[in-house]
Amino acid sequence: MTMLKIENLHARVEGREILKGLSLTVNAGEVHAIMGPNGAGKSTLGNVLSGRDGYEVTEGTVSYNGVDLLTLAPEARAAAGVFLAFQYPVEIPGVNNTYFLRAALNAQRKVRGEKELDSMQFLKLVREKLKVMQISDELLHRAVNEGFSGGEKKRNEIFQMAVLEPQLAILDETDSGLDIDALKQVAQGVNTLRSPHRAFLMITHYQRLLDYVVPDFVHVLADGRIVESGDKSLALKLEEHGYADIGAGAAA
Amino acid sequence: MSSQMNNESSGANALRDNAGVAEVLGRTYSAGFITDIEMTGLPPGLDEETVRQISAIKGEPVWMTEWRLDAFRHWLTMPKPDWAKLNIDPIDYQAISYYAAPKAGPKSLDEVDPALLETYEKLGIPLHERAALAGVAVDAVFDSVSVGTTFRKQLAEAGVLFCSMSEAIREYPELVRKYLGSVVPTGDNFFAALNSAVFSDGSFVFIPKGVRCPMELSTYFRINAQNTGQFERTLIVAEEGSHVSYLEGCTAPKRDENQLHAAVVELVALEGAQIKYSTVQNWYPGDENGVGGIYNFVTKRGDCRGDDSKISWTQVETGSAITWKYPSVVLRGDRSVGEFHSVALTHHHQQADTGTKMIHLGRHTKSKIVSKGISAGRSSNSYRGLVKMEKGAEGARNHTQCDSLLIGKQCGAHTFPYMEVKNPSAIVEHEATTSKISDEQMFYCRARGISEEDAVSMIVDGFCKQVFRELPMEFAVEAKKLLEVSLEGAVG
Repeated sequence: MTMLKIENLHARVEGREILKGLSLTVNAGEVHAIMGPNGAGKSTLGNVLSGRDGYEVTEGTVSYNGVDLLTLAPEARAAAGVFLAFQYPVEIPGVNNTYFLRAALNAQRKVRGEKELDSMQFLKLVREKLKVMQISDELLHRAVNEGFSGGEKKRNEIFQMAVLEPQLAILDETDSGLDIDALKQVAQGVNTLRSPHRAFLMITHYQRLLDYVVPDFVHVLADGRIVESGDKSLALKLEEHGYADIGAGAAA
Repeated sequence: MSSQMNNESSGANALRDNAGVAEVLGRTYSAGFITDIEMTGLPPGLDEETVRQISAIKGEPVWMTEWRLDAFRHWLTMPKPDWAKLNIDPIDYQAISYYAAPKAGPKSLDEVDPALLETYEKLGIPLHERAALAGVAVDAVFDSVSVGTTFRKQLAEAGVLFCSMSEAIREYPELVRKYLGSVVPTGDNFFAALNSAVFSDGSFVFIPKGVRCPMELSTYFRINAQNTGQFERTLIVAEEGSHVSYLEGCTAPKRDENQLHAAVVELVALEGAQIKYSTVQNWYPGDENGVGGIYNFVTKRGDCRGDDSKISWTQVETGSAITWKYPSVVLRGDRSVGEFHSVALTHHHQQADTGTKMIHLGRHTKSKIVSKGISAGRSSNSYRGLVKMEKGAEGARNHTQCDSLLIGKQCGAHTFPYMEVKNPSAIVEHEATTSKISDEQMFYCRARGISEEDAVSMIVDGFCKQVFRELPMEFAVEAKKLLEVSLEGAVG
């Protein structure tokens, strides 16, 4: 079943056109990898889908479960099940990580007409997720991303994803800056969350993440468009030859 | 030494798209109702006769009347202070009524006018036995008089005296005479002198030697009548080795005129005594155009008179059109400790010039200052603090942390730390930061499903955490809610 349908998407940042007619269809249960050189528009795609200010869509449509995603506020998209794992997770000093996550989950549940979880129920859920994700509960007691190492921040994003249980998870360069152990742990988290009801959009520059999370599809994004699509072997090809000989006029 | 930070050029994109925000900006001040109650009082105006009348209404002894008159005569000679970073329209002291009271004078809680009790109920103050559950003893001051003190009996059993100042002057004149004005002398400053002359009521607390006060003590102040000033006087004396935690809350109805509140609070801690004084101040701040609101000109000072004593001030200030307030501690006893934890939030056209003074006299005295200023709208929020290490302050230490959070582009935050160090062994440390709620933080919260308004209160709450931790539990909850309400519409 089609979850996400992006058609001819054009988007601008500060007056400069970054996405230039991007089309992509993602079905429930699928894992799509979006690869491409720096400046191709990978992060812009993630930001446009999650509704960040300053990204102006000039043309095209994005349909998510039959709804026009672009008309929704970021918090409404989150409640509808869209999750963005940030490339640079943001610190919120003094705000406890657990408190933040519970506020987020309950805000989403409220919009969906579900009952909010009390602290006991929430704690139980968190404990389960920590176990499944093999994450230490030490992160819970700290302020949101405050003083976290790069690896801790990325793991925290994956942990948030596990608790919020989105339908569409967009991972924006979640692998960047991770050492191999952290990368494996993040990948293991993603694999645990793979399900027939959930789809992943993994934005990455390198194919090494794909050694651990095997995608169903690999797309090459260059100069604001998907220029080539294929299966995992495309990623390996890219690894070997680089982005230079892919697509027309790619900004490699 | 003085540093200053301005936010004229802050780039909070969040404010770019603020259609519809204007509406929310006119947030309702939930304590802004007016209680219709039969009042008695003095007509506006101030002269020696007014002072005598107030004293007479209160049935005060001659020494008290003379004390007031001395203060009044001194006040006449004093210039108005204008050194603070505040724009204050001239105040016509003859246009203010200096005494207002509900007509039916209450003799006990049961005789308190039901309309008045209803007011306190609306404000969420547990004046009746419900207070038992909360374990808080409440003294409520309505305009000029104290309307009832709960839990008198239980406190009396512990030897704690907690009553209105008027009553204390009648019942415990020797204690009042000994301590009143001993921390804040009548001629201390313009507003303290005015208060000394015309104060109408307030709270009196006396904790005898070695007693740990069995419950939190609390006073609620409310200005109801029009054109009245509120001049309350609070005196807390903690004898050797005693402990007390005292809370005060303040509200007022919405009125277009500015109303004057000039209180004096004096704390005395003898050897080994500890006083914790917490304030949640929510005086009417005026409307979004800066019309109306309370002028809050308050002198609060604690005296660590004995060795090893401790006084800590914790305040959460969201109200008042103008705030001029510097709760201070005189660290006289050796090894005494002074603390000041403050959250001051200004929005719309509010102005605050607030901070603290830590005067180190004794050896190995310690003070800690944590000030969190939050500015939104077109408000101006200044921290002004003095740390003074006198010659005898051998090995004294101070640590000051001043953080400012700016919301929007038109507000200002300023920091004026003053230090005077006369003892070379004393250590004074000062840290200051200024930050903004960033677009990244806002988007991060929203991308997780949290609405803009909730995101702002969450970020602000995180910013204030260090101070909220110092508040008694139920006050911390109230303080947090207050900030949320005060910030409604601050970011669009």
